[in-house]
Amino acid sequence: MTWWPLIKVLPQKTNFHFVRYARVAAALSIVLCTASIIGCFYPGLNMGIDFRGGAVMELTKPNNEALDIAAVRESVAELGLGDVGVQGIDNASSAIVRFQVPDGQAQAAVVNRVQSTINEAVGPVTYSGVSVVGSKVSGELFTSGLLALGVAVLLMFAYIWFRFEPQFGFGAIAGLLHDVILTFGLIVLFKLEFSLNMVAAILTVIGYSMNDTVVVFDRLRENLRKYKTMPLREVIDLSLNETLSRTIITGVTAVMVLAALAIFGGEALFGFSIALMFGIIVGTYSSIYVGAPIILLWGVKRGELADDAKPVKLGMASRP
Amino acid sequence: MIQLSRWKVIVLAVALFFGVLLALPNVLSPAQRAALPGFMPKNALNLGLDLQGGSYLLLEVDVEAMRTKRVDNLIEDVRVALREAAIPTNQITREAGGAVITLADPARSEAAYEALRTLVGAAGPNGAPERVATRLPDGRVRLAFTQQTLDAMGPTAVDQSIEVVRRRIDSLGTREPSITRQGAERIVVQAPGESDPAALERVIGQTAQLTFQMVDSENSVQDAVAGRVPPDAELLLAEDGVTPFLIKKRVLVSGENLTRAGVGADQSGRPAIDFRFDGEGARRFGEATAANIGKPFAIVLDGKVISAPTIISPITGGTGQITGSYSIASASELVNLLNGGALPAPLTVEERRVVTAELGADAVENGKISTIIGFIIIVVFMILAYGFLFGGISVIGLVLNGLLIIAAMSLTQATLTLPGIAGLVLTFAVAVDANVLIYERMRDEARAGRSVIASLDAGFNKAMGTIIDANLTTLVAAMIMFIFGAGPVRGFAWTLTIGVFTSVFSSVLVAQVLLAYWLKIKRPKTLPIAESVR
Repeated sequence: MTWWPLIKVLPQKTNFHFVRYARVAAALSIVLCTASIIGCFYPGLNMGIDFRGGAVMELTKPNNEALDIAAVRESVAELGLGDVGVQGIDNASSAIVRFQVPDGQAQAAVVNRVQSTINEAVGPVTYSGVSVVGSKVSGELFTSGLLALGVAVLLMFAYIWFRFEPQFGFGAIAGLLHDVILTFGLIVLFKLEFSLNMVAAILTVIGYSMNDTVVVFDRLRENLRKYKTMPLREVIDLSLNETLSRTIITGVTAVMVLAALAIFGGEALFGFSIALMFGIIVGTYSSIYVGAPIILLWGVKRGELADDAKPVKLGMASRP
Repeated sequence: MIQLSRWKVIVLAVALFFGVLLALPNVLSPAQRAALPGFMPKNALNLGLDLQGGSYLLLEVDVEAMRTKRVDNLIEDVRVALREAAIPTNQITREAGGAVITLADPARSEAAYEALRTLVGAAGPNGAPERVATRLPDGRVRLAFTQQTLDAMGPTAVDQSIEVVRRRIDSLGTREPSITRQGAERIVVQAPGESDPAALERVIGQTAQLTFQMVDSENSVQDAVAGRVPPDAELLLAEDGVTPFLIKKRVLVSGENLTRAGVGADQSGRPAIDFRFDGEGARRFGEATAANIGKPFAIVLDGKVISAPTIISPITGGTGQITGSYSIASASELVNLLNGGALPAPLTVEERRVVTAELGADAVENGKISTIIGFIIIVVFMILAYGFLFGGISVIGLVLNGLLIIAAMSLTQATLTLPGIAGLVLTFAVAVDANVLIYERMRDEARAGRSVIASLDAGFNKAMGTIIDANLTTLVAAMIMFIFGAGPVRGFAWTLTIGVFTSVFSSVLVAQVLLAYWLKIKRPKTLPIAESVR
């Protein structure tokens, strides 16, 4: 049994020239990020009721009878509530209805009216979940959600700055923004509902992306100290290669587990898991292709030793 | 580092013991849990509303409406006081926290000031009177709430509202509701289990302001409907929402003077509401009825006239009855509202989330399945990647980690939500990262030609800094989620936070202790995960 444990089969020492392709990767990343940012405004995010206000109710016809979704849609549309969404879910007997509660109308009254209208149209149904969010609260939730993302990015930057060096901080933050922006791009592309849970997913992506970047940077810092005369781009390549097996194993585990969550976690966790999964993939990519090469860029800008910069001076020695 | 140090074994044993002890209630039935001896922990995981079903309401106390109402009452008091002192007024203008009175004869401003001083009222909670009367230089007189009183109205109203909402929900018999303040003017009500959200909202939503006011019989209702409402009266509708009544604004007695309400029966045996006033209420009601025999008065609930009987004789006993078309159920709901007290200000429902128990159970089921499958994937993958020994050690660390998370969540009674389950699953995936970091380091060292012991040692030493750095970032993200997040997101953040601590602890310590045992027993010459000898 020479094939197992699998870790022995993986190449002992990879020698990829990551930095060589950094330009191509940067171009690709810039294009995708630009597309994602544009996508966030046009067509824009599919805001859930957490952020837009309104009501969502899940209804089921008892005894697995088929639910006439067209009739539900028609009856609710006649109430003149504006944008009404009716969507069938897993089996033919359930649906999710979304609508807006007009300003100045009591939520409870509108919800009751919608429910009785639906009951008239398709006969008795049961409501398993009803959520209503007022426009005032949804506005606040949206602001605090964006604020949370902003604060997270800032704190991560401060953390890296403190634990490493400014140039590491820029690299890390570029990677982080890259991951967040691309995750937003995915949310727009697949029309996933942007809700409070999605903000949690993005914050987790931020945590994971940093986690990945920190592991690479840790090794980079160590190698910079170890190989004092090695050109910077080679040190970066070496560090990336040395941490590659870990990056892959952890990334693969996380993605597999999230796939299980997406498949078996039910409707409520689907979008959440998909966004996380994607975020972890781009997070892994960015710690190789965005974070580290940016340090190189920064070194060049300093103009100290042109392209083959001398090792970056390290201030804080964090461990013996 | 890799020597088998006794304290590490002890720490692990203690963690294992407490982990099992604290997680134990989760596998017991409620009856078994109740039968546990007193020293045993009894708290199982606290499931969020999205997992066990229930209602969540975010209510906003309309403090502004209450301030307006208080100023309205103040203006009415001014009107009555000046009329009794026979001082004619030209105009009463409303201002931010009170009223400015323009007198018909400015020379009488001294007398008006004296009359209004009686309204300044008793000292408030902080020793200063609630209101101030001032003479303005141009002969007008001003009566207003002090800034202190105005400022205190908001917080007081929220506190009182929380109390009233609690009493009302208790009367519904809802199991373990949680009523908490959120921010300056909001209240969060969480009622787990299969409670009727409609009843909950009906009971909370009613202000239940009960007042007794005179019907204005001098002016015609028709005139008022046509728009000529006298300044000291208002047009109110009956409960049917159609019949108009012209009611004097001045409140004779209000619900605050009510001591007890109960369901009774009227002469024809239909359900009615019996009530009793306190001493002051009885006196005021007695005086008012004695002065107005033959005239109708109105019982007004939340701005609707529920009945308008004519006073036949003075009512001095302090008891009375409200009749109307009540069923036993609606009568007892009203009685509960009256006994619970009136809300000091109207409440509006800003956010409402209802999840039925079945949907919650489905979510738990999905969560369980995906957690188990995720767990199995990690176990298989780790054993495939690192073999039985090293992979197995990670799996043991993972099991301890899971146990400790459940124990910590049960102990702190943190709420487990659906996203929280996702957090748990993700924690497992990232927990093996610590092991991977350590193992990869060991392989590096072995490749560099070090002995087994030196490789193991260096693996732990060098990986530790990275592990801490890597986990601190997740911790920061979780903290932000906890601070800014609402509801389920907080549950996710908390689960993630606990997971960061337990996973670092269990994956590192378990690996250290078990690898030390392995070294001691096997005295290996090569590292099983290092490249085979070339």
